[in-house]
Formats: sequence, C-alpha cells, structure tokens
Amino acid sequence: MMSPKGFSLSVIAMALLVCAAPVLAGDLDRFTNLEGTLDIAGGTAHIPVMNEAAKRIMTFNPKVRITVAGGGSGIGVQKVGEGLVDIGNTGRALSEEEVAKFGLQSFDFAIDGVAPIVHPENPVTGLTAQQIRDVFAGRITRWSEVGGPDEAIHVYGREEASGTHEVFWGKMLKKEPIVASANIIQSNGAMKVAVSQDANAIGYMSIGHIDDTVKPLAVDGVTPSQETAVEGSYPVVRHLFMNTKGDPKPLARAFIDYILSEEGAGITSAAGYIPVR
Amino acid sequence: MFFEIWIRRLLCAAAMVSTAAALCILLVLITLVLPLFAHGGLATVLAWQWLPFNGKFGILPMVVGSLWLSLGALAAATPLAVGLACFVQVLAPGRVKSLCLALVHYMTSIPTVIYGFVSIFLLVPLMRQWFERGTGFSLLTAMLALTLLILPTIVLVFHATLREADRTARATCAALGFSKPSYIRHVLLPLSRRGLLAAVILGFGRAVGDTLISLMLAGNAPMVPGSPADAIRTLTAHIALVVATDSQSTFYHSVFASGLILFLIMALINLALRRLGRSFAP
Repeated sequence: MMSPKGFSLSVIAMALLVCAAPVLAGDLDRFTNLEGTLDIAGGTAHIPVMNEAAKRIMTFNPKVRITVAGGGSGIGVQKVGEGLVDIGNTGRALSEEEVAKFGLQSFDFAIDGVAPIVHPENPVTGLTAQQIRDVFAGRITRWSEVGGPDEAIHVYGREEASGTHEVFWGKMLKKEPIVASANIIQSNGAMKVAVSQDANAIGYMSIGHIDDTVKPLAVDGVTPSQETAVEGSYPVVRHLFMNTKGDPKPLARAFIDYILSEEGAGITSAAGYIPVR
Repeated sequence: MFFEIWIRRLLCAAAMVSTAAALCILLVLITLVLPLFAHGGLATVLAWQWLPFNGKFGILPMVVGSLWLSLGALAAATPLAVGLACFVQVLAPGRVKSLCLALVHYMTSIPTVIYGFVSIFLLVPLMRQWFERGTGFSLLTAMLALTLLILPTIVLVFHATLREADRTARATCAALGFSKPSYIRHVLLPLSRRGLLAAVILGFGRAVGDTLISLMLAGNAPMVPGSPADAIRTLTAHIALVVATDSQSTFYHSVFASGLILFLIMALINLALRRLGRSFAP
C-alpha cells in the first residue's frame, strides 16, 4: 500500500486527467481503444498537419505511436505501395500506373495553392502570368525588365518528383521547360530558406508555408492566399491526398477520419490549407 | 591447432563476404540497367540534355559535374593534406602535433549534412557577394565544402605512411646534415609516394560519392558548367532528386544508369591510379 502522501498525489493526478479528458475528447474519441504504430511518409506540404494531428493523438492515447516522415510525393507512393508505411502522402493525384501497380486508395483532405515568391525587399509586387512564364523559361533575365532593380533574376525550382512543382509547372508555366540554369531545391522548407536569403530570387512554394521571410507575387492582379484559392480567383491550386494500400487498417482509418473531422479541419486551416469536408 | 583452423576460416569468410557484397552491388546495378540496353535506351541516357517531360534523359552533364567537382576538390585538398601531414610529423612541437591530429580526427566525425547546412548560411551568401552573378549555389561553393570534407581522410591515411617512413629515415638524414625542410622535400615525400597514392584514391572515392554537399550547395542545374560560378548537378545528387519520382516512370531508369556510371568511374580511377603506383619503387 502506498504512503498517504503518494496516494493523495495520485488521486490528484487522476482527477486532473479526468478533468482534462473532456477537452481532448470529441473527435479524438475514436482513438480510445486503439493501440499500435502508424507510419506516415510522403509530401513535405502535409507535414505540419500530420505532425500536429500526431501530437494530439499521442497525447490523448499514449499507446498509439505515430511517425511522420517527408521525402516527397513520389516517396510517399513508393513507400505505401511497398508496405513500408501505412499512409503515403501525395501533393498530386495518383497516376493510373501507380494505382494499378500498388492497388492504392486515395483520400482527398485539403486544397493547397502554389504561389510564386520573391524576397520581401524586392520592389516588384506582381507580374502578369505571361511575364512569370517568361521569367521561369529564361526569356526575361533581369529584374529591370519587369519593374525592379537592374539585377539578374535568380530562378529557383523544385525537382520533377515534387507535387508542388507539378502543379506550378502544369497550371502556371503551361508545361514549358524551366531555364537550364535554375537551381533545383529539394523541399518547400529549403525553398523558403533559399529565397529569403537571396534578394534577387524568384521561386515557388506551397501557400501554407508562406510567412514573413518571403513575399508572394500577385499574378494578373490576384494575390495568392488561402481566400483567393478557395474563391477560385487564384488558379494554381492542387489537392493534398492521403493514400493507403487497399482498405486502411483500423488505426489508419481512425487517423484519416480524424483529419477529415472538424478538429482535423481546424488543424488543416491552421497550417494554411483549405480543408475538404 | 583446432582453434587456428577456425581463425583461418573466419578470416577467409570475412574477406569473402566483403568482396561478395561489392560484386553483388555491381551485379544488381547491371541487371537493373539491362532494360535500358534492350530498348536502345542507352543512347537516350548518354545524351547532353535532361528534360524528362520532353523525353530527354541525358545524364552526361551530371557525369561532367561529378568529375569537375571531385577532381577539383581533390586538387585543392591534396596539397593542403600533404602540407598538414608533413608539418605535424616533422616540424611541429609535441603539443601542437597532438592537438592538430586530434582536430583532424574530430573533423572526420562531422556529418556531411552539417557541412552542407552550415555552408548554406555562411558560404552561399559570401559566394553570391564575391561573384556578383549566380545565386551562390555553384560548383565553387560545393568544391570548397567538399575539400574540407575529404581533407581529414587524406591527412589520416597519408600521415600513417609518413610516420613509418619518418621513423626509418629521420635519424639517418639528421646525421647526414639535412635540414628539416630539405629532408621533407628530398627524402620523406619521395619515400611516401605509395601512401600518398592510397590516400588520394580514398579521398577521390569519398568526393565522388558524396551526395549531400552537392545536393545542398551545387545548385542542381543539369548543365555543363561554363565557369566555377555556374550551378552543376552531380550523379549522386541526381539520383537523390530522381529517386523520389513515380517509380513506374521511364526516367527512373536513368537513376540506375547513373549508379552504374558512378561505380565504373570509381573502378576506372582506382585501376588507373594503381597502375601509376606500380611505377613507384616500393
């Protein structure tokens, strides 16, 4: 039998937990009786949402362990297809070959815009769509040609495997090849670092990642933001997907339902994306 | 007696496992590249333009990039390494010697990602300012970071040989009246040629195989560089970038070709340098 002091302490602790439970309950209730590990990998744009959801779930039910990794949309598909992770995230719809080879199911949970970004001190605030195409294709090479200082334009791009790249290249650049001297960066985060450090840089990034260190450019007068992406006035958007191999196992199903629930929608909006309900 | 038989067998097994592993890697690479040969895809891969969505899968700019970067880093690191090793072995007083060696040992344990990460914030803005063109992510930036990376490897291997040569020759040469600098130049260095060659081969292997530094610092533009301030892409960075794509897509196969070419480059350079080494007297 515990000492009287120990006993009273544990009673207080339990009381606190019971009081805290209503705050955490609700959408998290579906995790009450589950346990095990859930591995998630894939697109880097999804990571803020996945991390926050994982944190809340693991705090609610310590028997559940969730790991979140990046790697890009391609890695997400491969890993979930090979059975190495339970949920593979992609920033693009799956191709027919991928669905056929791995037997994957897709769950759409957010809309994300991809915006062209420049350094915050760059005087240029907006360009026409044609100007942006010319810049990225290498036809316009100096900022003075579009109303900026007389400096060379430094183009930054993403690798071909990236979902962010695919949507920007398809919808904004109309599939024109990007200039050969563009620096290829491996993730949204690294793109933010690169552009925020280079006064003459232009790149593109998921709207959810935009903060004070970079500045989004208006395209044909429309400033990219979550509002314009929802309205439809900003056209360069993509959907974020969670994918599983066949039917998701109970823990993965609960996670997917949680992301699609009201609390999950709150997390998605806080990360800068628009939840799909 | 029984014990000795088993020791013999264990050592033999260890040697066989190591060589078998290397051969297996080569075999797997060749098997994966075989489909390319079948469709005549080899001609597409050995081309100069990388525009995968337009059907151009040329990786030759990446081969050039790898060679420029590793040979450049090697050219910068070898004199530094020789100087450091000779200084530490012959000219430095005891305390300085052990401090230097300890620092070099420590440098080998710094992960490559730290070099890359620190260079992004320190070296890249400097490069951008000095050259006034280019983004700061360039061949030269990656070369500088890579030199620092392979320096400890070359120093440590070379120093081991140097120490042995020094042990046999120093007393004799001192008795003959050599000054320390002449001793280094005329006796010690020629005696340790073989060790230097081994160190250079190891350094080159490390340089050509390094992925993170070229991925983070070299700019990853798939083109042949016109100057050190241009961005390049190496074979290793190319593999890292492409391996995240849809594995059913056709340009995934270029990754296997890149791997095979890397393997072959290493083998060829190794053979060439060993042939060169045979001409040195033992």
